[in-house]
Amino acid sequence: MKSLITFREALALALAKEMEADPTVFVFGLDVADHKRIFGSTQGLVEKFGGERCFGTPLSEDAMTGVALGAALSGLRPVHVHIRADFLLLAMNQIVNMISNVRYMSGGKLRVPLVVRAIIGRGWGQSAQHSKSLHSVFAHFPGLKVVLPTRPQDAYGLLRSAIRDDNPVIFLEHRWLYDITGEVDDEDVPPLGAAEVRRPGDAVTVLCTSWMNVEALMAAEVLARRGVELEIVDVRTVSPLDEDRIVASVRKTRNCVVADYDWGFCGFGAELAALVGHSCFGVLARPVERLGFAHVPCPTSRPLENLFYLSALDIIRTVERMLGLDPADLSGATFYSYEQRFKGPF
Amino acid sequence: MSPRASKRTSPGKRAVRSDAIRSADALAVYRKLVLARRAEETIREEYFKDEMKTPVHLGIGAEAISVGVCHGLPGATKVFGTYRNHALYLALTGDTDGFFAELYGKITGAGKGKAGSMHLSAPERGLVATSAVVGTTIPVGVGAALAHAYQRSDELVAVFFGDGAVEEGVFWESLNFASLRRLRDLLVCEDNGLAIHAPAAERQGFRSIVDTVRPFQCHVVSGDGSDVEDVIATTRRVLALMAEDPRPGFLHFGYFRFLEHVGPREDFDAGYRRRPTPDEARRLDPVVRFEERLRQRGIAEAALAAVGAGVDEQISRSVRAAREAQFPSAAELYRDVFA
Repeated sequence: MKSLITFREALALALAKEMEADPTVFVFGLDVADHKRIFGSTQGLVEKFGGERCFGTPLSEDAMTGVALGAALSGLRPVHVHIRADFLLLAMNQIVNMISNVRYMSGGKLRVPLVVRAIIGRGWGQSAQHSKSLHSVFAHFPGLKVVLPTRPQDAYGLLRSAIRDDNPVIFLEHRWLYDITGEVDDEDVPPLGAAEVRRPGDAVTVLCTSWMNVEALMAAEVLARRGVELEIVDVRTVSPLDEDRIVASVRKTRNCVVADYDWGFCGFGAELAALVGHSCFGVLARPVERLGFAHVPCPTSRPLENLFYLSALDIIRTVERMLGLDPADLSGATFYSYEQRFKGPF
Repeated sequence: MSPRASKRTSPGKRAVRSDAIRSADALAVYRKLVLARRAEETIREEYFKDEMKTPVHLGIGAEAISVGVCHGLPGATKVFGTYRNHALYLALTGDTDGFFAELYGKITGAGKGKAGSMHLSAPERGLVATSAVVGTTIPVGVGAALAHAYQRSDELVAVFFGDGAVEEGVFWESLNFASLRRLRDLLVCEDNGLAIHAPAAERQGFRSIVDTVRPFQCHVVSGDGSDVEDVIATTRRVLALMAEDPRPGFLHFGYFRFLEHVGPREDFDAGYRRRPTPDEARRLDPVVRFEERLRQRGIAEAALAAVGAGVDEQISRSVRAAREAQFPSAAELYRDVFA
C-alpha cells in the first residue's frame, strides 16, 4: 500500500509494523512514551503495544545502552531512541567497547540485533550540544552499521531493515527531515548498504548524506536552468558503503562534489573523496571537491549558524567554479526556506 | 527471613558453614577450586615462554567467589564477568581445552583466538560476556534480566565485578534501573580493596560499599570471599531473599589478591601493600582453607590427592593440545565482524 506521509509518520509506521510482526521488538529511551513522542516518531506505540514494549527510562544513557545490548543478546530486538545524537556520547563505551565488538570477541557465537535511533542536525539555534551528526565517528568502528535516511520512504524502509538486521545499527535522522512529506510504499523495504541516485545527471556527481540531499536538489534545479545537470547520489548507509554505485556515477560524470552533513575535517566526506580519488583517478576531469561545516563548534546566532552550515548556494558556487562558469546572479533567491519555516522550540 | 535481616549481619560472621554443602558436592566444589588454581599456576609457569601473548589478570585468592557463587546459581543463569575471569570461566565450563587454546591465540580457543584472556566467554555454557573495561558488563546483565522479565522467564542473571566498578557511574545507573524494575539480577562485587594499585581509601568517598548500596531497593548481603562455603551459603541466602521479595541482589565478598594486578608475579616488594603473614595467607587462601576443612571433616588425603592429580592431568593435556593447535587462518581476520 502506498500513502503520502511525513518522515516522522514513516518512522512511527515502520516501528509499528515491526512490533506487530515480531513480538521481540521493543522501543525504549527517554521521552519515547511521553506526550511529545520524540517529535511524533513513536506516536501510537504505547497505546497499541503497551508500556512493556514502549517505555521511557531513567537519564542513564550509558547503562541503558548496555541494557539494550543485554536484551539483544537475550533474544530481543531493542530499538533505543535518543532525541539528540549528542547524548550518544554518554553511551560510547557500550557502543564502541561492547556492542561493536562482542560478536567478534565471542568467535561469532553472539549476535547483536539492536537499533539505536538518534536525531541529528539543525533545528534553530541548537548550538554545539544539540546538533552533531556523528556518523563518521560511528562508521569508524568496525561492527556497526550506520544509516542516514533522507526521504520518508527511506525512513520507513531502512528502519524496518535495520530492526530486522542481526547486527547493531546506528540510525541517524535529521530533525528538519521530520516534516518532509513523501510517498511511502509499505512493501518497499530495501537492504542496508545500497546508495540511491536521487536525480540523474551528466555534469557533476554530488555525493550527499542526509539533509544535504535536500540542498543538492535545490542546487540542481538552479543549475539545470543553465544546462548543468547534477547527478545526486544519496549515500543512505555510511556503513556498509555502496562503493559500486558511487564509483559508477563519478565514472559517468567525471566530476565529483562531496557534500557531507558534517564537519569536513577528518569526516566521512574525506572517506568518500579518497574512494573516488582512488577508484576514478584516470577518469576525473578535475580534483574532487569537498564541502563540510565550518570547522568550529556549531554557533547559536542565526547569522553565524547560516555561515556554519552548508547550503544549496555552496553547492552551486562550487560546481560553477569547477566547470569554469560565471557565478549566476542569485541575489533574489532564498535557500533557507525550510529554516525560515522551522519555529522550534527544539 | 525479612529482607532487612542482612542489615544485622556483618560479613562472614554467620554460622552457615557446617551444612553449606552436602559432602557429595564438597569434592566437586573442591575440584573446581583446584582447577582454577592450578590452571593459573600453570599460566604462571608457562607465561615466561612468551607463547601466551595476552595480558593475564590472575585471580589467585579470588577463586572461591566464582566457584561458590556459580555453585549456588540455578543451572540456566546468564553470567557476565570482568577481565579477571579465569576462575569464572572454568567454574562455569570446566573446559580447559578452549581456555588454554584461547590464551595461546589458537583457532580452537573459546573465542577462536579473538578474545584472549580478558574477554573469555562461553555463551553456550552461560558465560555470555566478560569485559576489560571496568563496570562495562553490569548494565548488559541488567538488559539480560530485563529480557527475562519481558519473556516471563524466571531465569537469573549474575554479573561479577570488582570494587573499582562501584566508582563508575554506570554501576549506579544499572543498580537504579534494576532496582526500579525489580529485575532478577544478581550483582556480585569481588572486593580486593585495590583498583590496580590504589587502595579503596584513596578512591572512595563513602564508608562502605554495602551501606551505600543498601538504600536502593535491592537485597544486600555480604560474605567472606575467601571461604567457599560461606560464599555458597551467602549466595543461597540472597537467592532466597530474591525469591521471597523479587528485587535485584547485591552480594559483596572481600578477598585478597595474591598477585600483581596484571601479570604472573607477586608484587609485595612494590611497596604499596605488605605481604601477608603465613597465618594470614592461610586464612586468605580459599583453596588451602577449604582443603583444611575437608580434612577436618574426615575426607581422606588420598581423595584430595586424586582430585589434584586428575586436575593436573586435565590441564597438561589441554596445554599440550593448545600449543599444538593451529593459529587462526588469515581468513579469520575478517570473519564474525557482522552476523
